[in-house]
Amino acid sequence: MQTPTLLALLLLLVLAVYGTGFSRALGAARSLGGVRNLASLPSYYGLFAALWCGLPALLLLGAWIAFDDAVIRAMVLGSLPDKPDTPSGQNLLYAQIQNLSAGHLIGEKTPQLQSAADYLNRLRHNSSNLQAFLSLTLAVGLAAFALLRCSPKLCAREKVEKVLRAILVACACAAIFTTVGILLSVLFESLRFFQSVPVSEFLFGLHWSPQMALRADQVGSSGAFGAVPLFTGTLMVSAIAMFVAVPVGLMAAIYLAEYASRRVRALAKPILEILAGVPTVVYGFFAALTVAPFIRDLATSVGLQASSESALAAGLVMGIMIIPFVSSLSDDVINAVPQSLRDGALGLGSTRSETVRKVVIPAALPGIVGGVLLAVSRAIGETMIVVMAAGLAANLTANPLESVTTVTVQIVTLLVGDQEFDSPKTLAAFALGLMLFISTLVLNFIALHVVKKYREQYD
Amino acid sequence: MSTMTLDASARTEAAQAELLGVESVAHSAEVRKTVGRPFIEIAKLRMRDVNVCYGEIQAIHSVSLDIGCNEVVAMIGPSGCGKSTFLRCLNRMNDTIEGCRVEGELSLDGEPIYGPKVDVVPLRARVGMVFQKPNPFPKSIYENVAYGPKIHGIASRRAELDEIVENSLHRAGLWNEVKDRLNKPGTGLSGGQQQRLCIARAIAVSPEVILMDEPCSALDPIATARIEELIDELRANYTIAIVTHSMQQAARVSQRTAYFHLGHLVEVNDTETVFTNPEHELTEAYITGRFG
Repeated sequence: MQTPTLLALLLLLVLAVYGTGFSRALGAARSLGGVRNLASLPSYYGLFAALWCGLPALLLLGAWIAFDDAVIRAMVLGSLPDKPDTPSGQNLLYAQIQNLSAGHLIGEKTPQLQSAADYLNRLRHNSSNLQAFLSLTLAVGLAAFALLRCSPKLCAREKVEKVLRAILVACACAAIFTTVGILLSVLFESLRFFQSVPVSEFLFGLHWSPQMALRADQVGSSGAFGAVPLFTGTLMVSAIAMFVAVPVGLMAAIYLAEYASRRVRALAKPILEILAGVPTVVYGFFAALTVAPFIRDLATSVGLQASSESALAAGLVMGIMIIPFVSSLSDDVINAVPQSLRDGALGLGSTRSETVRKVVIPAALPGIVGGVLLAVSRAIGETMIVVMAAGLAANLTANPLESVTTVTVQIVTLLVGDQEFDSPKTLAAFALGLMLFISTLVLNFIALHVVKKYREQYD
Repeated sequence: MSTMTLDASARTEAAQAELLGVESVAHSAEVRKTVGRPFIEIAKLRMRDVNVCYGEIQAIHSVSLDIGCNEVVAMIGPSGCGKSTFLRCLNRMNDTIEGCRVEGELSLDGEPIYGPKVDVVPLRARVGMVFQKPNPFPKSIYENVAYGPKIHGIASRRAELDEIVENSLHRAGLWNEVKDRLNKPGTGLSGGQQQRLCIARAIAVSPEVILMDEPCSALDPIATARIEELIDELRANYTIAIVTHSMQQAARVSQRTAYFHLGHLVEVNDTETVFTNPEHELTEAYITGRFG
């Protein structure tokens, strides 16, 4: 039986078991004189039976699908009298057998291979039959067991809620384990990188030129992995972005929260948030094709040297992109300041702007700082705009009119194209990723801490 | 409102009153005209025919009242009768509520309170307000009290400011409790202390009138007694209008009491008269606890 058919069958079975459990509970309740004489509501008895029926069967099915290929492979290879010793040789052989069993072998067909392919087909057929039989038996058996256990005294709700809680915990763990998994994979690759390039050179080196010599006698491709220019570039672009986003976003938020009438606010806030919905690629070519040439021409007209890809262009456009982060979060925080504080200040004869400047903003400040730090994380992690507008040259410079490059951009360029995954050039991307991960993690940690402190403010 | 609709509403009110039995007093009685002594010789605050609407709903119907110098006027009445709304007209705090319209003649020392040329900032500096819920700013105790004098430029030097802060806290009866922790946040004080801090904050700008909107509703009896004492002391220098749900409090602190009912000012009289020998049957019904 095919797996989708089996799943559909299981689903039907679960629904039927739910219905049975439910109606049996209702019947029991009727003879006892009402649902309130049951230990739980009838739907919980249905769920209890359905969970017993469906969950173990699904788990079995999942485990079967996960392991059945490996088991079959071992059995097929085990049946062969003479097989290669190396894993790659075995892989090749098994692939041949698989192709043969599917009916499109290219190359010679030996009787030995043919028999192995037949064996494989037989095993697969048996496996799928066994799988269907076992999971359906398990489902039916456990459903019968659960339905028999159902009695008016059984507290089905507690048991169902225990299972639901376990499912919730599993979902939460999945997210956490994914994070840990990503971190570990990046960490191990980084460690491999640091075996060929010392940590101190990576952290403090002032020169970034990730070209490795392919041959021993090659000239000019010594490779330099000093990440300082990348981090200063990131810092500069992010700083320019924040210079744009923080004042504009904050003032927009103050206008929306304190001055705008309800109608203007209902209209303006979603429009502002559209900015956050524009794909970063679009911002990127806006920066590269419109803003960067404009800045270059402007700089030239006042007698300054400017390259056509500049940190300024990327930073300005990135700043525009993160305005809605700052404004939306600040707006929420400012709105959370209790009206009684505003009334108190106005009642003392403050003007509107005094109230905003001296009471509302100080009260909302921790929340605003939290929002700004989240925006900074966003700016540091942004890639597309910088790739397109700031260039690829790893210049160590403080001049925003020169082209710079950032950590994320270098990760992209290191991993794009044909690369061996064991050269320091490629592994450098993981080390950069690790550094970026750590720095945004620290920023997020600070942001969360500030936000938590803010929560304690009034109550 | 036209005569016809007025008659119709009076009829439905009467019909409802019959159905409700006990509440008949509340609805059948004539509440269109204020009885008692709403007007006085020398008025600090003078209100004539004040109407307040929130959108389509009229909250205050043609209220006229005088409040004199060095006088405490208590405003009592069932919830939703418009006492707080009326109080908030006096320093234009209703301006902050969208859709609120105020009509009528209101003046402070003969100068109009509403009008195109009136600046609310100096008005609110002259008419201070203490709110129902203590609302100290999330700043230090010192900064809370110094806030008003700072924005109005009352004190130019630090020493002057220190003096104003100490003086205000003294008068609010809070100085001895907080003198050692002026730099601690005002939000860390107890409820009663916070309310006294708010009173200190209000008197630090030396207003002429203080409006109090149920200042003791969130406080325990001890803190309440402390604040009532304070109101009595403050009367020597200020004009005070206080909204309260506690009739005992009204009786204890005020010289005149105004009874509001469904947006109408029913009766204004000397406090003693109101509580011993009310003129209007609605007032009598309310203070004897027959409804409210």
